[in-house]
Amino acid sequence: MTFETALHDPKLCRVLLARLTRALDGRSMRFMEVCGTHTVSIFQSGLRSLLPASITHLSGPGCPVCVTHDVDVAAFLELAGREKIVFATFGDLLRVPGPGGQTLKHAKAAGAHVEIVYSPLEVLTLAVSNPDNVIVFPGIGFETTAPAVAATLLTARQKKIKNFCVFSLHKLVPPALRTLLDEEGDNAANIEAFLLPGHVSTILGIAPYAFLADKHRIPGVVGGFEPADILLALCRMAEQLRDNAPAVVNAYPRAVNDAGNPKARALMEEVFITTDALWRGIGRIEQSGLAVRPDYADMDAAVRLGVRLVETPQQQPGCCCGDVLKGRIIPTTCPLFGEKCTPAVPVGPCMVSTEGSCAAYYKYLEH
Amino acid sequence: MDTCLLLDAGSGGLASQRLTAQCFLRHFANPLLARLDDAALLRDVHAPIAVSTDSYTVTPLLFPGGSIGTLAVHGTVNDVSMLGARPQYISCGFILEEGLSLELLESLVQDMAGAAKEAGVLIVTGDTKVVPRGACDKMFINTTGIGSIFADPTPSGHNARVGDAVLVSGALGDHGLTIMGSREHLSFLSDVTSDSAPLNHMIAEVINAAGPVHVLRDPTRGGLAATLNEISEQSGVSMLLEEEAIPVHESVKSGCSFLGLDPLYLANEGKCICILPENRAEDALAAMRASPYGVEAARIGTVVGDKACRVTLQTRIGGRRILSMPEGVPLPRIC
Ligand code: SF4
Repeated sequence: MTFETALHDPKLCRVLLARLTRALDGRSMRFMEVCGTHTVSIFQSGLRSLLPASITHLSGPGCPVCVTHDVDVAAFLELAGREKIVFATFGDLLRVPGPGGQTLKHAKAAGAHVEIVYSPLEVLTLAVSNPDNVIVFPGIGFETTAPAVAATLLTARQKKIKNFCVFSLHKLVPPALRTLLDEEGDNAANIEAFLLPGHVSTILGIAPYAFLADKHRIPGVVGGFEPADILLALCRMAEQLRDNAPAVVNAYPRAVNDAGNPKARALMEEVFITTDALWRGIGRIEQSGLAVRPDYADMDAAVRLGVRLVETPQQQPGCCCGDVLKGRIIPTTCPLFGEKCTPAVPVGPCMVSTEGSCAAYYKYLEH
Repeated sequence: MDTCLLLDAGSGGLASQRLTAQCFLRHFANPLLARLDDAALLRDVHAPIAVSTDSYTVTPLLFPGGSIGTLAVHGTVNDVSMLGARPQYISCGFILEEGLSLELLESLVQDMAGAAKEAGVLIVTGDTKVVPRGACDKMFINTTGIGSIFADPTPSGHNARVGDAVLVSGALGDHGLTIMGSREHLSFLSDVTSDSAPLNHMIAEVINAAGPVHVLRDPTRGGLAATLNEISEQSGVSMLLEEEAIPVHESVKSGCSFLGLDPLYLANEGKCICILPENRAEDALAAMRASPYGVEAARIGTVVGDKACRVTLQTRIGGRRILSMPEGVPLPRIC
């Protein structure tokens, strides 16, 4: 039995479910997972159908595609449509609708040169084989992706590859969680515990989440992605709530070091600087994004190609992506869900990405 | 002789004749084709007849486990077979891009000939067009297959009945992932190979051993998920599958988990789904496993009566979820 199979073992899962039920002791628990990969795993493994009915599962702002703002989508669509530009992107950005429902697929059909890549380093190969074009890579993702993109910039500089630049839309997880919890009144988040992202935490470690427990008295547990990993994390949350002892802990030590990965953080810091960023459905969050440092301006698409950010009209009327991302509602509560908004004709980005919570509800649950 | 294809070769004149003689007639060699009349005369196709056509535009032209040539034969042979027919003859239309390497063309034609030989079908008529550079991507092939139906009643997507067993002839996802891997040069996928194969002989054995089956389908584009959802809709039934029982190679599982793809949504080119009464499932499975293309055949689920026409998966940890119809092309995720 491989390690991964072991973590799908029905017996082990039953033991953990029993521990979870005991820890809940009849109480309810509203937890939010921050990472899109958790969302998919919870649905795909069937774990959701096994969770005690008193658990409410919310999906947070952790799918990089879902939180990309209309203004940014409009900006990269404009970039992709320019002459002598090759827009090299990860595949799932192709279907993300910008203003007026336009996507990279539309841009491609209209003649834009769009290439799907699988790693940022692959983009450099493209650059070398397309010397007459400028290759633009949209830097979309969280702390997990940013170090690899930083490494790519450094490699490009070292290899003197001049026709490559990044449109950095990277976002940072802790400031987003802070914003969710700082909302007050009607907008106040109703989240009792966080399942913290496994991949992001390999870079950050656990210290940046300390405010969850210190300031808000909310448990935060870093968890892995197999069903038993997630169940273990849920047990730890429920036990902290039962004992009224909230803390930020690491329940995924086989991948996450409590101190994170300082080398990867150093790479990020070398190339990027924190800046305000726009989050779809949430709005502007201070110091929650990464921009390319002026030292690397020649590889900053925003500077080199003069990207213009233009205010876009309000997102589609009726789309509740913001409320979904903040965990205030579950997707099926959105009036457009499954009727006007489906993965075939997505209205909001939460329905586009395979890791979006609306798409997961649509794909895996009866409706 | 030229090393690459010139527009002349599609002119209908001497250049065309040379290409036909040196490449197509030579490798597809059979008396019906050799007559070179405007149409092929077929005397031994008996009603009811199954006819199927498909166009092949795969990039890259060569991939681990096959090529556009083998695919153009296997795909059409399999489609005809799914009606409980014995595929006999194939027509093929080539659309070739000016400048195509003649050596490559010939090797792909040889692949077609080899695949046809294995399947026991003859390529009896064809057409070649050469289009200017840029008007197509190297090479497109259309094939049409024809064959007499021997299964009575004929299998159909409308015939799944409550209580039937759902079988699949082997592991899923290999072809789709192989194409993605070789198109994008993903070195970590170097150990996956397309399952492209002719299924006609295996299907004949299955029907011999288990009698007429209710449904036969090959889960090509959209994979198992799309095919089973279509059958559920057509037959007005639901299905319950056991995730644990669905064969998927480890290499495909790990490649998919890296790319955020689901093997049950990836294309297969050498697999069939067979739905038949429960009491004949073991016979059908034994017949599949006796074929080199069905060694990993497995029973993966049951047809159930729920009128909602949905396919539900009982997961490895004992939970349940829907296996829904796919949307568009699977795209690898960010992360
Ligand atoms: S269902 Fe569609 S419209 Fe509603 S919140 Fe989700 S993505 Fe937005």
